[in-house]
Amino acid sequence: MSIDTETARRVAKLARIKVEDEDLPALAQDFNRILGFVEQLNEVDVDGVEPMTSVTPMRLKRREDVVTEGNQADKVLSNAPDAREGFFAVPKVVE
Amino acid sequence: MSDLNKLTIAEARDKLRAGDISSVELTGACLSAADAAKELNAVVHPTPDLAMEQAKQADDRLKSGYAPDMCGIPLGIKDLFCTQGVASQAASGILNGFKPEYESTVTTKLFDSGAVMIGKLNMDEFAMGSSNETSVYGNVVNPWRKADDDTALTPGGSSGGSSAAVAADICLGATGTDTGGSIRQPAAFTGITGLKPTYGRVSRWGIVAFASSLDQAGPMAKSVRDCAIMLKAMSGHDPKDSTSAEFDVPDFEAMLTGDIKGQTIGIPKEYRMDGMPDEIEALWAKGREMLEDAGAKIVDISLPHTKYALPAYYVIAPAEASSNLARYDGVRYGHRAKLAQGDGITEMYEKTRAEGFGDEVKRRVMIGTYVLSAGFYDAYYNRARRVRALIKKDFDDAFDAGVDAILTPATPSSAFALGQEFDDPVQMYLNDVFTVTVNLAGLPGISVPAGLDGQGLPLGLQLIGKPWDEGGLMNVAQALEDRAGFISKPEKWW
Repeated sequence: MSIDTETARRVAKLARIKVEDEDLPALAQDFNRILGFVEQLNEVDVDGVEPMTSVTPMRLKRREDVVTEGNQADKVLSNAPDAREGFFAVPKVVE
Repeated sequence: MSDLNKLTIAEARDKLRAGDISSVELTGACLSAADAAKELNAVVHPTPDLAMEQAKQADDRLKSGYAPDMCGIPLGIKDLFCTQGVASQAASGILNGFKPEYESTVTTKLFDSGAVMIGKLNMDEFAMGSSNETSVYGNVVNPWRKADDDTALTPGGSSGGSSAAVAADICLGATGTDTGGSIRQPAAFTGITGLKPTYGRVSRWGIVAFASSLDQAGPMAKSVRDCAIMLKAMSGHDPKDSTSAEFDVPDFEAMLTGDIKGQTIGIPKEYRMDGMPDEIEALWAKGREMLEDAGAKIVDISLPHTKYALPAYYVIAPAEASSNLARYDGVRYGHRAKLAQGDGITEMYEKTRAEGFGDEVKRRVMIGTYVLSAGFYDAYYNRARRVRALIKKDFDDAFDAGVDAILTPATPSSAFALGQEFDDPVQMYLNDVFTVTVNLAGLPGISVPAGLDGQGLPLGLQLIGKPWDEGGLMNVAQALEDRAGFISKPEKWW
């Protein structure tokens, strides 16, 4: 499996990270080195082995569907780069 | 009294309770040590005013009678922990300016027990790194140097600020987090003790997430006893973390008898790596002798899937990271890129994340995105999770066969020089070859300083324990510490 610059471009897009065209070949090379290292996993016989979902045998707990800490809009917004009138503000999403 | 900052937590606790010293004096000594150690770049957000206020309150509490073990003890807190009103950036540019409105469960517990925070400590960005060089604040410098050689060395990573701060006596203990070895490797590189607890022992709530199924916070301190004291204060069930276990927290310190007669210690043959330095091999053999001397029975064991741990980790951890780090989008906190005319929300995400994340974080987020993408999920992610199940089974089998703890080297080398160029990111990943299995299996592991190499740098041994048996594990570590007699400190040059 070899990652080309087009695949690297697609992955960067999926990850929503802007990568300049001239940086794509080096990125593809990094991917190939890491994925090449990971290829070893194909040597392992995993027939009949379930993928691990929880490292400790536990059932995730459920909680009551009630408000625990509400009415803190100011605190929620206090670190926002742009907040207006009690909302997060972002560039136009819908044309 | 001078040099109060050099006390252990246990010593300071006893002196504070006896009224021989005050927390204000002790905290003052640590703050002075921090001021004098700026060259190490371990403390990135000092909080001296908060520290003195907490110290005064601790002194009042101590005077009023019974106070918990951690009351009045100055600590450093890794930048990964959210601390209310105090910058918490995970050493990333994307969280520039972020001051949480809430306190992580671990720091809440520590502060409730009277601990004092001297500041936030440097680390690798989002805990991704083994040398502390991916930090937006610049690297930490290890207080240790080779004999007759001024080369600046790494304090290890990702908890490199924590390891350097404790080794340089800037604080009595520090919090760390460990996803693949980030407590144990830096502890080994700086001659201190670091414990990664069983997954679920310590609440992850309010700790910036890297790989949620692997992340676990733990203590980094000057002795096994200090780790036991700190772990007790950090542990316990937390309804805010659904993976936190509903077990009572034992008195770990009371379990440190140092008596391990009749216990069985396993030596896994797969940890003998090709090209492993002779000094590491010799240290490991010395550890075996020391535990034998303590009355333990030593058995050779096999953990057959060991070599697949790192490759499995480099699928699972990036996959979880790509999901966890999706929240850094320039909307709710931290950095937002300046936009050009006509840029929409997608450009905002892409530019913000390109500017805010460092190279290693970007690399891992994108690898994670790739292994989770349609068509590759089964081949990479599910296969890695199956291998992870086999790695855990290796340990289960060993413990079922009667092994009480497992002894391995902590790292494949001593601290290496800062600024080394690696063409291949995988070379840096090999630092975690002995530690990463423990995270994948959810087990407790501890790094104990056990000797110096030929260049005068500290080396650590790792002990791996059964799930929830941190007390028994630390008792074996105590037996090792007693016999290793490691008392070396870095010669002060800063």
